Amino acid sequence: MHYFILAQTQRGRKQIPDVRLVNVTKRFRKIVAVDGVNLHIYDKEYFSLLGPSGCGKTTMLRLVAGLVQPDEGEIFFGDRLVNDVPPEDRDIGFVFQTFALFPHMNAWDNVIYGPRVKGFDMEKADTIGHEVLEMVRLHERLDAFPNELSGGMMQRIAVARALAAGAKLLLLDEPLGQLDAKVRNELRYEIRRMVRDLDLTAIHVTHDQSEAMAISDRIAVIKKGKVLQVGTPEELYMNPKSIFVAHFIGESNFLEGYVSSISSKGAILELRGGIKVQTVNKGIKKGERMVLAIRPETFVVKKGTKKDKNTILGTIEKVTFEGTNMRYEIRLENQGLIVIVKPSMIGEWFNIGEKVTLRFPPEKAHVFAYPEVGLREEIVAE
Amino acid sequence: MPKPKITEALDKLSSKTSIKNTIYMLSIVIFLTLILLPPVLGIIIKGGSIQEVLNQPELMSEALNSIAASFAIALFVSFIDVIVGIPMAWMITRGKSRWLNVLDTLSDIPFIVPTATLGYSLLIFWSKPGGLSSLFGAPFVSPGWLLVILLHFTFSFPVVVRTMVGALLDYKLEYEQAARTLGAAPLTADRTVTFPILKHSLIASFTLAFARSLSETGATMMVAGAFVNGPIFIKNYIGIGEEGPLVFVSFVLLAFSSLIFVTIRLLGPKLKMPVKKVWPKNERKLSSSIVASSRNSVTLLIFFIIVLIPSLFVAIPAFEAVFTGVLPEALGGLGVWGDYWQSIALSYFLGTVVTLLNVVIGLPMAIILARRKIGNGPSAVLDMLVNIPIIVPSVALGASLAIFWRENFAFVPEIWLLIFAHLSITYPYFVRSMSAAVERISLELEEAGRTLGAKPLGVFRTIIFPLTKYSMFSGAIMMFTRSVSETGATLVVSNLVTAPVLLVNWVKNGVPTATLGLGCGFLILFSFIILLVLRLVVRRRGTY
Repeated sequence: MHYFILAQTQRGRKQIPDVRLVNVTKRFRKIVAVDGVNLHIYDKEYFSLLGPSGCGKTTMLRLVAGLVQPDEGEIFFGDRLVNDVPPEDRDIGFVFQTFALFPHMNAWDNVIYGPRVKGFDMEKADTIGHEVLEMVRLHERLDAFPNELSGGMMQRIAVARALAAGAKLLLLDEPLGQLDAKVRNELRYEIRRMVRDLDLTAIHVTHDQSEAMAISDRIAVIKKGKVLQVGTPEELYMNPKSIFVAHFIGESNFLEGYVSSISSKGAILELRGGIKVQTVNKGIKKGERMVLAIRPETFVVKKGTKKDKNTILGTIEKVTFEGTNMRYEIRLENQGLIVIVKPSMIGEWFNIGEKVTLRFPPEKAHVFAYPEVGLREEIVAE
Repeated sequence: MPKPKITEALDKLSSKTSIKNTIYMLSIVIFLTLILLPPVLGIIIKGGSIQEVLNQPELMSEALNSIAASFAIALFVSFIDVIVGIPMAWMITRGKSRWLNVLDTLSDIPFIVPTATLGYSLLIFWSKPGGLSSLFGAPFVSPGWLLVILLHFTFSFPVVVRTMVGALLDYKLEYEQAARTLGAAPLTADRTVTFPILKHSLIASFTLAFARSLSETGATMMVAGAFVNGPIFIKNYIGIGEEGPLVFVSFVLLAFSSLIFVTIRLLGPKLKMPVKKVWPKNERKLSSSIVASSRNSVTLLIFFIIVLIPSLFVAIPAFEAVFTGVLPEALGGLGVWGDYWQSIALSYFLGTVVTLLNVVIGLPMAIILARRKIGNGPSAVLDMLVNIPIIVPSVALGASLAIFWRENFAFVPEIWLLIFAHLSITYPYFVRSMSAAVERISLELEEAGRTLGAKPLGVFRTIIFPLTKYSMFSGAIMMFTRSVSETGATLVVSNLVTAPVLLVNWVKNGVPTATLGLGCGFLILFSFIILLVLRLVVRRRGTY
């Protein structure tokens, strides 16, 4: 579908080819909410800021919007330094977590608020209003006031309102956070589609990694005001650069041990209980304390206790049927606990109490130096 | 943290419909008997004397002219109050300087100064030698309608600022930010989003300022000269022993104001603010930092020159007292100062008791009005009735209160008579600002609290109170300061001498200006410190 007038309106606006944050810091009294952040978001990219609650991701978005000013650093839209540019002059669309629909205006007046305050002629504002309402499929409720709309409808109106202003840059602050799972799943793809159809750049703040993975071109993982890693969903999942990212993106089992030997094939890690496993050698040294992060679906599980190279024995302790997958909690021979996930429709199922042998390909396990603050502290989300 | 047992027990009690209804009924009964009846009973009892006016066309025409003057001044002043009060409230709530807390408290000063003393202070500032007249060699503003306007602006200004500061502090800033991100200039965002959302508080502040201007007598008398408005007309005829004008003017003022308030109540919610028309270029220019700074400067200038300095002018001779022997005399409680300290203690005791009592009896009423607990029609009627104690001219109010309390309840200890009288006078300030605040809170929030297991009192403690605490505090400040500064009605109801009564006596008895100045100065200083400390405590308490 073509949104002719809307697309035309956006073409007429100031271009925002990319957004750059250069050494940006923001403090609230003693709390450093954003700590020397550098980010580069490309034109027409769908970019997510992902992190636990209170990590500073919303503050980063508000900095981009101009709703708060950085204490240090610079923010650029293209080559234009926008530190001192007020929000109304940044040509952005912002979708708030609580939607912030104006309670004294109906859906229609909310939607055409942007075109109206920007001084578009009314005929054009009307056309844009109809286009965006058609886009969010809420034409039939244009007379409704916010308190008469469901959460999903309010969210759609909030997105429509942000789009109608003709912005090139859409900023979304946990836009799906207040919705139930089913609606959330539907709407995230709708938003993605709209952003693509209108050739927009979008920055989406979320704490839900599955949401970020599903819709983003790239994701920045944030912790305590710092950007830990930026990459595509695949990169972050397949190649996490830190224990936190391995933990926060998807799911990981962490096995602790010491490097007992190093060879040309890799390194041998000795886990608690004397279990030896092989890993790739990423510049690690003999005797170093390491953490191995292995995704639940990486393990190959077989019934029985046939000990071999790179195998660990365990006993099924809990079985959960999740529909698409079976999830098993396995008590290892060294008393550690790991989780594995297997497609429910492929292969055999295991029962509680069953002895199993686990194996994993060394190249699929991520090796990290043991964190100074301890493993538990390192992966804690908040 | 587990809830204290007493809180838990009260929470449980509050969920019983019979208890809730009893509380609501009790608050209505207390309002009707203790707050509303005393100020109007005197007028009703003397209803027959209205004939005195009806039979004399000239007297009636004179009365109607004075009433028209009252309405004209009240309307004009309230309008200007809102125009100047909003930028002031804006500056106080949105500014970043720590000094704004002080400015916030300074804006209450005209409220703290006893009304009669305030009139006297304005008179010497604008008209008498020693004030601005010294600079011009003649009265800068002679007593008359212009000085009355200046006076009414001075004492009703804090009402608007206080109500709007409460409203702005409770306001969810996200709406305004959303408007800004959509391209609205600050002025456009405020005009099309913030003000329409704060419409109830705007109406409440206008109504309070209007009512306050309509009824004030003591200070107006000092500056009116030959100008006659309703309350002065009453006062003039009381002086020659005629009651008819009192009843007639009070009745007409009450009837017309009630009509206006009912209209505001019924049409207020339907009032559409002009949000659809936008002038992007002009509003952008008007939102520029230069215009904003100019606006703030003009607001501050008006505040200092027309409100603050004239209000404090009477206290300036206090500095003289520091260099003469008056200060040690005052601190030692010698001579007239012994009575002074007693009157100060009585005033603050009275202010505290009245504030606390009114919070307790006014809260259920604010909720009844905001949530229309007894149906739309009866709630609208109650809403209008709540304003009556501040519409009745204070001279008539005093007379009526005296008839009610002194003639019928002479056996009641005098301090209670005084407390009851002050409850009547201050009650509307709290109920008005609190009901406007509760009205702004979505009912869904209350329902959410209930569905999560909170009892009605728990919902109030954990949801309504935290969201309205600034408005509640604003209402409490208005009550406290109004009670501490009340003069006219206090004089006629009781023989107990509060600080304002004592200061009026000092003015009448012609005590030296240094003594009078220091007396006013202490009262203003103590109230200022109390309010500042309270304000800092409330602002610091971000958690609940």
